Parts: sequence; structure tokens; C-alpha cells
Amino acid sequence: MNDLRKKVQIKELISAERNKNFEEVVIGYSEEEAVSESQRCLNCKNPMCVKGCPVNVPIPDFIEKIKERKFNEAYKIIKTENFLPAVCGRVCPQEKQCEGNCIRNKTGDSVSIGKLERFVSDYYSVNEENTAEKNNKKIAVIGSGPAGITCAGELAVKGYEVTVFEALHIPGGVLSYGIPEFRLPKKIVENEIDKIKNLGVKIITNVIIGKSMTIDDLLYDGYDSVFIGSGAGLPRIMGIPGENLKEIYYANEFLTRVNLMKAYKKDSETPIKIGKTVTVIGGGNVAVDSARTAKRLGAEKVFIVYRREEIPAREEEIIHAREEGIEFILLTSPVKFIGENGFVKAVEMVKTKLLESEKSGKKDFCEIEGSNYLFETDTVIIAAGQTSNPIISSVTPGLKIYGNGKIFADSETNQTSIKKVYAGGDAVTGAATVISAMEAGKKAALAIDKYFKNEPETV
Amino acid sequence: MYRIIKKVILNNDVTMMEIHAPFVSRRCEPGQFIILRVDENGERIPLTITDYNREKETVTIIFQKVGLTTKKLGLKSENDYIQDFAGPLGNPAPINIKNKRVLGIGGGVGIAPLYPQIKKLKEAGCITDVILGGKTGEHIILKNNFSEISDNIYFATDDGSLGEKGFVTDILKKTELSYDLVIAIGPLIMMKSVTDITKKYNIKTNVSLNPIMIDGTGMCGGCRVTVGGKTKFACVDGPDFDGFEVDFKECMERQTVYDEKHICFMGAK
Repeated sequence: MNDLRKKVQIKELISAERNKNFEEVVIGYSEEEAVSESQRCLNCKNPMCVKGCPVNVPIPDFIEKIKERKFNEAYKIIKTENFLPAVCGRVCPQEKQCEGNCIRNKTGDSVSIGKLERFVSDYYSVNEENTAEKNNKKIAVIGSGPAGITCAGELAVKGYEVTVFEALHIPGGVLSYGIPEFRLPKKIVENEIDKIKNLGVKIITNVIIGKSMTIDDLLYDGYDSVFIGSGAGLPRIMGIPGENLKEIYYANEFLTRVNLMKAYKKDSETPIKIGKTVTVIGGGNVAVDSARTAKRLGAEKVFIVYRREEIPAREEEIIHAREEGIEFILLTSPVKFIGENGFVKAVEMVKTKLLESEKSGKKDFCEIEGSNYLFETDTVIIAAGQTSNPIISSVTPGLKIYGNGKIFADSETNQTSIKKVYAGGDAVTGAATVISAMEAGKKAALAIDKYFKNEPETV
Repeated sequence: MYRIIKKVILNNDVTMMEIHAPFVSRRCEPGQFIILRVDENGERIPLTITDYNREKETVTIIFQKVGLTTKKLGLKSENDYIQDFAGPLGNPAPINIKNKRVLGIGGGVGIAPLYPQIKKLKEAGCITDVILGGKTGEHIILKNNFSEISDNIYFATDDGSLGEKGFVTDILKKTELSYDLVIAIGPLIMMKSVTDITKKYNIKTNVSLNPIMIDGTGMCGGCRVTVGGKTKFACVDGPDFDGFEVDFKECMERQTVYDEKHICFMGAK
């Protein structure tokens, strides 16, 4: 008998090999492994895991189906609450959500809920049909990232006619341009989006709402409601000297060149240029993704420099990064970039220390005077967060914004200051997770549906 | 996919295309640009809108065959399709009809984006003079179009085959320098040289920047430029900026990031 305190280990590519290619690192459970892992689920009466899930997937229910080897049924259960399970199984910070709440966590490993979700999603290959009766309401969704896609899917299965407008040439938002292939294969994203299209959702690429058309145009054109899921937008400028030297990239540019424009492939016409030593500034998922990508592109040394002590990125990815040879320099912050012939060649760093902030209880940090030192590097990638994109808010009178341009939306309904216009995801919260954007897209869809169900019949 | 309605070869290097793009033509204005990909593996390149027709739902672009993408685009014929054509992007040029006397200065393919701005100013009743420069007379595009909308038109060519032999700045120095506004669009070095002169006379000078871009919506930050000591994104804050405030030296540096790579790539062909 296996030790039930231990989870079934997942197979992964060998770190010394995978850090030279873009293949998916985590191989995923086999049927036997998935069934074996599912048997560790205690099917709690009061499942804490579900409470930890932002979209309330009925976790024990789907795991019960895996125990019975009814994998397709397991998938359908997840799909009742989550429109992107193959994505969530791969990128959600499960250790802070469902798995973090799992009762088994107290005495051993939590059930590998994410890996099981991924298993059933990858197993399922049936083309779903949308049987919902059409209600003749037209909805425009702005952005085809996790928030927009979730909102579109939820509304489509309720009978709405949904059109998604995407600014880039490929749908998926951050799933396509941001998260790297080795963590979230683009084939998986395409499959998930195809499933949404199968529900009757129309996706129009190359349309920049705010430029090609305004929200007023959409309402004028006959859309009954609009959902804004346009994402976070602009990279945050650190504002330190030398930031515009060549080979200093914002992570968005670096990752977009590689993921969306496939700069890592030989036949791509979009280049990417990196040196032998790459220094990534920041500690979130974007920073870790950038570092691992740089390694795969051939950098000999890759460093992650973070001003605090605890890296906020997804736990599994931090482990993967260390295995792949990424080095972490903590409690350190850049103060200046130094160039030669227009290219960056060194970063002046300063050491930091944590302070116990009285106000928030959150540990703040300060620079240690006199601890500056020079750190030589050929390339810098700045992953220090994002600020709001002004394209929509600047041309939408009456759209209330807050905190440097984020779109205001009601926390319950996700309605903006304009009737019939809803918003969610990073455009509202600032940079956050895929799953929190999905949660917002879902809440908005439910609110939109409620609005039209309660709407008095108009002539 | 976006259909090429019309293709006109303006000279050996420069081609004009009218593209069917209803989502671009609906709201585009002078000064704005589009981003296109010729085919599936293609890179995204920005091109300024030269003209548009809202009824026909078309947008006209003019491009110089300098890199792989523009060369591939040049090989396309009428009724062929372009993979992606997104826009309009950037802000409309700041067209202020209070500027009674305007001088437009266009260099090389920069003459193309100058055209819709001068056209709009002329329609608004301004006095519009233009100086157009190029390698040879043949390299000066849209001569007839400009003659319809300009009060005075001057040419400068490297070989003297049209107008004066020399640079647009040589002509600029000879004008009365009494304009309310100068709009200079062309190579960075030309725009810099123009502002070096106009600054002395304190004539407000707008320039249009076209740095390396990917998404064109502010996301990537690749197109950043220093304007008035602050970092701006050419795509969402521009592409037109006050020429006195632009750090041209940095722009020229940043434009060369991929030079080596492009030379290698083209040499291998």
C-alpha cells in the first residue's frame, strides 16, 4: 500500500535537458497515476478546497468521477464552473488556493488537484455543442484573455450571441503572448479557444477597441451589453537612470517576442537578442517565466534579482527555475543601469532589508546605505509590474477610473460606472492571476444575465 | 485577411497599397498608423496611414522596401491578401487650425505620412508650404498630390535632379522662418536637423516617430522614447511629439538594436 500522505509524483522533463528547449516541463499524469492520486481525496463533507477556488469548481465531485474512471464526466463537472480547465490545471497557484486548503495538507501532501484537473482536461476530446436556446441578446467582449474568454463562454451557454474583439492577431491574451510554451503549450490554449468558438462565440482579431471602435460605437451598433477585459497594459517604468539602454527589455516585450512572435523558432521573422548573462528584475511569475525563457534561448547565466525575501511566483515554477539553473539574488534592488556603446553592460545594485511595517503588517523594505555594488550583465529584463492602459478609458466618457487609470467595477457585479458596461480582470485590478481574471469574467457574465432576465420587456 | 484593392509602384523602392480594412477606416485620422503582418510567420511592422476612404472602407499605406517584411509585402499583387492589418493605432496628429502658416517637411518615405496632415490643414484653411527631399527626383513621392494642397512646394535632392541639390534643411534655412508650425517627418537625422534650426527661431515643430514596435497598444514598451526627460511610448503617447523635447540621440541608438541581425538575415537569402 502506498503512503497516502504522499502525492503521486508527477513526471517532468529532466532539468538539464529541458532548459535548452521549449517543450512542456510537466508531463502530466497517466490514467493509472490519476486514478491513484484521486484515491487520496477524502471527499470531505465540507470541502475547503472548493472554498479556495475562485471559480468554485466542485473539486471532490470531479475527483470522485476519476476514482470511477469516468474521466469525461469528471471534465463536465469542472466545466460547469470553469471554462479554461486545461489552462487552470497548469497555471493556477494551487498551493495558495484549492491545494493550500486541502485537509491532507495538514499531515502530508495535499491532493494534486491541479494535476488532476489538467489530466481530465487533456483526456477530454469531445466537441461540445451549445444547446442553449438563443435569446437574441448581443454582447461585445473586449479582449480574449482569461477574463474575456470566460465571460464569453458563460454567456454563450446561456443563449447570448457573443462577439469577442481582440487587439492582437491571435486570441488568448496573456495565455498567448505572456505565459511561455514550456509552462502552457499554445496548442492547449488554441484547443480551449476552439471550444469557446464551438459554443458559437465569434472572435474578431486585429480590432483595438478605443481606436478601431469605441464602446459607444459598440452600443450604437446594437450590442446590448459590453464586457471590458482588456488586461493590464503598460509595463511599469522603474524610472532609474539608463533604463532605455539597448538590451534592456520590459518582460512584456521579451515574452511577446518569444511566445506570440515565436522568436525561438528558426522560421520566425521576429528576432530576439540576448547576451550570455541575463539579469531579470522582479519576483513574480512574469519574472520567473522571463528567466527560464532566457535560459532556453541560450543564456549561460540567468539571475533573478528581487528586492524582498520571498518570491511571490507560483511555487512549482520557482522549484523548476532553480532546477534549471536560475540563480536568485534576494533583498537586492537595481538603482542604475550602466551602458557601453548604447548597450547595457552592468547594473548598479543596492542591498535591501525588510522592515516590519506597522500599518499593513506586510513587510516593507528599505535600501541599505553604502551597500551599492556593480553587477555585470549583457541583458536586463524588467518584470516590475504593469500600469493601466489608457486606450479605452481615454475615449469613454463616463467610465470611472481609479488608482492611476484602472477601470472601476463593482465588486459584486463587475458593472462599471456605465449601465450595461462591465469590466474585469487586470484592467480592473491591475496585474493579477489568470484565475482571478476568470472569476471576474464569470461574475460579470452572471450579472449581465441577471440584468437581462430581470429587465422589463421593452417594446 | 485583408485584400489589396490597389497597388501602385511609386519608384524602385517605394510602393503604395490601398487595403480593404473596415475596422481601420471607420475611425482613423491623419497621424495614426497600422500594424501589419504579411503572412503567418511574419513580424508585426508599423506603417503610418497615408490616406483613407470611409465609404470604400479602405486605408492607403506607402512603404519602402528596406527589410524582409516590406520586401515580401512588395511582392504582393492587387487582389492578394495580407494576413493581418490592425489599427488605427497611436493618436491623431495634433491638428490645430489656429496655426495659420504651416511648413511641412518630408524626407524619403516620410513624405507619405506628411501628406494626410498637410491635406487636413489645407482643408482647414491654413497656408501650407512644403519641402520634400529624397535621393533623386524619382525618390520624391506624391509630388502631384502635394502640389494640389500646397501653396509653395520646394524640393531637395542628393543629386540635384529635382529642385535644389542638398538637404531639406538647406531650403529651410532660406525660407523666412516665420511659420506658426513646422511638421517634419522623415529619417531621425533629418528631423533632428530640422529641429536644430527651428529651435533657434522658436517655431513649434512636430515630428513623427516610428521606432521598433510589436503590439502597438502600449503593452510591450519596445517603442519607448525620452521626450522632455520622461519616458514615453511612441505607440500610445505618440507617434507625434514636440520635436524640441525628443531625445533624438537615444532614438537613433535604439533603432539599431537589431541591425546586425537583419544584415545577417538578409545576407543569408
